[in-house]
Amino acid sequence: MLRLVLRRIAWSVPLVFAVSVLTFVLLAVTPGDPTRAILGEEAPPEAYVQLRDRLGLNDPIYVRYWDWLRDAIHGDLGSSLFTAQPVTSAIATRIPVTIALVLGAMLLSTMIGVGLGVLAAIRGGVSGRVIDVLSLAGTAIPNYWLALVLVAVFAVRWPIFPATGYTTFAQSPTEWLRSLVLPIIVLAVGGFALLAKQTRDAMLDALSRDYVMTLRANAVSERSIIFKHVLRNASIPVVTVLGLKFAQLLSGTVIVESVFVLPGLGGLAVDATQRHDVAIVQGVALCFTFLVVGANLLVDLAYGWLDPKARVG
Amino acid sequence: MRSGRRLLDVDGVTVEYPRGRRTPPLRAIDGVSLTVHPRETVGLVGESGSGKSTLGRAILGLVAVRSGRITFDGHDITHARARDRRRLSTDLQVVFQDPYSSLNSARTVADTLAEPLRVHERLSRAEVRGRVHAMLDRVGLFADAAGRYPRHFSGGQRQRIAIARALMLSPRLVICDEAVSALDLSIQAQILNLLLDLQEELGVSYLFISHDLAVVRHMSHRVVVLHDGKVVEAGTTEQVCDEPREPYTRALLASAPVPDPALQRARRESRRGTTSEMVAVRYV
Amino acid sequence: MTEVLVSVAPAEPVAAEPGFIRRLLRRPLAVASLTFLNLAVLSAVFAPVLAPYSPTELDLSNVLSGPTWAHPFGTDDLGRDVLSRIMYGGRVTLVGAAIGVTVAFAVGVSAGLVAGYVDGWFDNAVNRVADMALAIPHIIILLVVLSVFGRNEKIAMVTFGLLVSPTAMRIIRGSTLAVRHELFVDAARVSGLTTRQIIVRHIVPRVSGAVIVLVSLISASAVLVETGLGFLGLGVPPPTPSWGELVAVASTQVHTQPWLLVPSGLLVAVSVLSFGLLGDAARDASTEGWQARTPQGRGPRRRAVVESAEAAVAERAEAEIQVPTGSLLSVRDLIVEFATPAGPVRVVDGVSFDVRRGDALALVGESGCGKSITARALIGLLPPGGYVAGGSCLFGGRDTVRLEAHALRKIRGSEIALVSQNAIACLDPVFTVRSQLGELVRIHEPRISRVAETARVRELLEMVHLPDPGAVARRYPHELSGGMAQRVAIAAALAGRPQLLIADEPTTALDVTLQAEILDLLCELQERTGMAILMISHDWGVVADLCRHAIVMYAGQVLEAADIEAIFEQPLHPYTAGLLLSNPQLGRPRQRLSAIPGAIPPPGRWPHGCRFHPRCSYATLECQLGPIPLLEHEQSRVARCIHSDQLRAKVSV
Repeated sequence: MLRLVLRRIAWSVPLVFAVSVLTFVLLAVTPGDPTRAILGEEAPPEAYVQLRDRLGLNDPIYVRYWDWLRDAIHGDLGSSLFTAQPVTSAIATRIPVTIALVLGAMLLSTMIGVGLGVLAAIRGGVSGRVIDVLSLAGTAIPNYWLALVLVAVFAVRWPIFPATGYTTFAQSPTEWLRSLVLPIIVLAVGGFALLAKQTRDAMLDALSRDYVMTLRANAVSERSIIFKHVLRNASIPVVTVLGLKFAQLLSGTVIVESVFVLPGLGGLAVDATQRHDVAIVQGVALCFTFLVVGANLLVDLAYGWLDPKARVG
Repeated sequence: MRSGRRLLDVDGVTVEYPRGRRTPPLRAIDGVSLTVHPRETVGLVGESGSGKSTLGRAILGLVAVRSGRITFDGHDITHARARDRRRLSTDLQVVFQDPYSSLNSARTVADTLAEPLRVHERLSRAEVRGRVHAMLDRVGLFADAAGRYPRHFSGGQRQRIAIARALMLSPRLVICDEAVSALDLSIQAQILNLLLDLQEELGVSYLFISHDLAVVRHMSHRVVVLHDGKVVEAGTTEQVCDEPREPYTRALLASAPVPDPALQRARRESRRGTTSEMVAVRYV
Repeated sequence: MTEVLVSVAPAEPVAAEPGFIRRLLRRPLAVASLTFLNLAVLSAVFAPVLAPYSPTELDLSNVLSGPTWAHPFGTDDLGRDVLSRIMYGGRVTLVGAAIGVTVAFAVGVSAGLVAGYVDGWFDNAVNRVADMALAIPHIIILLVVLSVFGRNEKIAMVTFGLLVSPTAMRIIRGSTLAVRHELFVDAARVSGLTTRQIIVRHIVPRVSGAVIVLVSLISASAVLVETGLGFLGLGVPPPTPSWGELVAVASTQVHTQPWLLVPSGLLVAVSVLSFGLLGDAARDASTEGWQARTPQGRGPRRRAVVESAEAAVAERAEAEIQVPTGSLLSVRDLIVEFATPAGPVRVVDGVSFDVRRGDALALVGESGCGKSITARALIGLLPPGGYVAGGSCLFGGRDTVRLEAHALRKIRGSEIALVSQNAIACLDPVFTVRSQLGELVRIHEPRISRVAETARVRELLEMVHLPDPGAVARRYPHELSGGMAQRVAIAAALAGRPQLLIADEPTTALDVTLQAEILDLLCELQERTGMAILMISHDWGVVADLCRHAIVMYAGQVLEAADIEAIFEQPLHPYTAGLLLSNPQLGRPRQRLSAIPGAIPPPGRWPHGCRFHPRCSYATLECQLGPIPLLEHEQSRVARCIHSDQLRAKVSV
């Protein structure tokens, strides 16, 4: 088991490394000229040259990467081209918001999704169709639109929740919660129906296996079969889905934070993109990758714990 | 029935499967030799893990041979390339065990049977159709089977189609890899009869691979017994099955139950009388 | 030549299979989706002609109006007509989505096909790349690209396509791998086809369903991403409209004109939905011809079953059910049916037999005769859709087919136990042997202490002669060999000290030497515990080895029942005789066997009269007229044949 953990961690390091190379190379070799994007087309020619120098764009690429990496390892991801604020501090202040959002959505959609899926598998009948329809609708509805509709209904028409804005937990726990409710719902809704469908499919698959019939033949109670045996087996494929879910939710924060004007990483990235603030976007990309890799690591560990077959090397 | 000339000659063949970086490779077959003559059926019998299917696949070029030589009609086919295999396929064919997996369910029976023809011969559509219908008739299926998909057929019928496909180009050797193992007893008897008839009529040889000693004994002129990738015993059917010399062969023969209650009772008594090492070996 | 001309009796009449388009158009959801998408595409293409207004035409006197005759979808904050903007916006969004889909398809599908088919370095490399790519959240890379290039939609959508292609590659690779190892691919290789020919002719048609669904899903995703970018203000620059931008405009007017949200958002949602539904329907339509569909009917609920069974019994009340003394289990006229969309199909049709204490009885027959279903019905373990439609099964004074679930549970395991084929699949893969056996011990002895439970588990493992029971107990099912797993399964069945063990083809999946050992074990257990065995098998050798009586089943009926020696010495039914003659052990080497001609009739298509008569060489006209009853012979043998005497006249087998 320990060996499995170490191996997974060992694999994650080159992965993050590779991602950093990827984003850096992407930015470095794309034929667009960031200086033109930053300064516009009207600036005097010397301004472009100066900016290129300042940004180190004239050095060969491996030099630039090495400089960047060296700084990055020391915790210096550069500074914003506009506010001159260090990237790391910009990220650090905003990470709690995004994490709160994602974890909240994860919790909500997992509870509802898995719960519905188990229920549908046990009850059978029309609930299966309902879940199919719901999951289809859930994937089709754009999250930005859903956010707007919820705002229109629950913030404008009936002002229960704030339409935009964010209060930190320190300032007021209740307000903090209120400002997060609608965003979390928007994030969670997109995926819970799909999760329900996958949970139901996994449970039905497990229920159709030979060992379930054998358990019945050996007089194991139906309750025990479902909640001890089948759930445990079905959780294996569902756990892998949860890992993907995390990445999806993280992507979703980009839109949700923009609509609800929450000071998180996603909103930061969008603003930076509009301003061509390359350093910030790069920093956020790396941060997101770290988070996804971390989540996948947890998923792998859970997987190894749940499935004895996965523990062999 | 048997001419002195050898059709297939397997000489000291070894096949290995890699098992990861730290474990030594698995020796599926270890220095196996056998021969098949024209118009002859050689039975290859063994339990699971004996390597019998692997040998068949090695002869057909579906797995790589580590060492040794396979000669067909005088030509060395051990490491034959795609082009050589293509030419070989007019003489060497196969019938697999699983009738549900060995036919492409997305293609009609006619397409499946016509495929070997299209690869090797330039025939008009009418000629192809004629050959397909003739072969269907020969294996005992009505002509209207040609336009159907495999899902319309039972296991026994699908095996007939698989046999028809194997025989489309009149091969000289057909490898039957557990060809009847998945069939019911009454259907199995029909297919065995069909195979015997076709051998009589077309002079084809079979390498009959099976775990079922009774079937192998019924079909073969000569028998080769495999265990753990090695040849344990070989000889004519009468020699191997009536007067086995090796303990493994004897154990194999003694274990397969026969429909004779008195004999089975006697065997059980003798098994109980001795604590055989065979029992201990099997506990892995 | 072969005596057999097996006619092909198809399940449905085979008319010429209609073309793909026609099959697609038979599905209402597909038609609806196609209609909508066509509408969207056409209105986008012909927008300059069809749109009532120019998309940039301002009408400041008519700002934020709701739906009116002049403006069916209303106007935005600058007085621009929403409908026209939708049409023109479609040009941007649909083209963008198309770019993304094309790139993803081109890269992902081809890489997936090759990676799935050709083993080796390419597969490995592609997998590594995919692993990395999947760890990166897509949208952030899109933002990275956009931060460099500014608002260049084409580049953004190409990037999207590239980001999605690893997922596409994974899916197609998976489908290709599944097909790659099928035997017909090997057969094609043996026939001399080249790799390219095999991929094109064999792999692609089988993978086409997955590809179609994939393309539709990517299309849906592309529309969502493109509109998402437009919403964030990162798409095409104004004044060109796009669907995402329409939602953005609507978002600024949430307080004043919420109606604007409706056309813009619904448009995107319905488009995405259409792609999804169309993909599903197209996949079904393309595989319809050759994909076997298993019709699943819903069985009646348990209460209904019990009621109908009671009614059936009431009907047959005249025949007094005499349970012979010493009988542990008495089955009388058992009828089992399956609910299908085409109506109920009878699988077991009036089977009766007795099992005495300590006896060993075999139900013998070929596939489809109903022997397994009969055994399952005894303890209420029929597959979904199956139900007992009549008859009774008396065990210890109770009729098991009429018992409610909790009463049945009391019988299972502790009175009647079951052992199946394929033992490893019959054990829960996530629990150890010790855990599973312990659970069973506790069920039958609820107050047992932990220490006693461990001892009992050990005792059970020793009873089945597993060396080193402690080590085996700690293993998981996938760590057991076939023989060991079967012994563990038998140990599990013994946990409740049953009086009757139903063994359903327990040795079929095992090697012949292992088979002998398991049969020896079963025989020994019988002697030690005095339990009876009901063996289900198709193998006459196994039956001869273990059982004292045999019941031959065919097409849902009992055709013959007798002591085992009597059956082998003198079968009284032509089917039994034919089966015994079909055995290669009894044939002469390399000579034709006396095979039974014809095929086994499936349930639902049993012949009238004697069900075996189309294949029987003794059949006469009488055999077809009506059902043949079980006729009694000496020594309480029975046979369902009116020509048994002719069999006697022949030389016995």
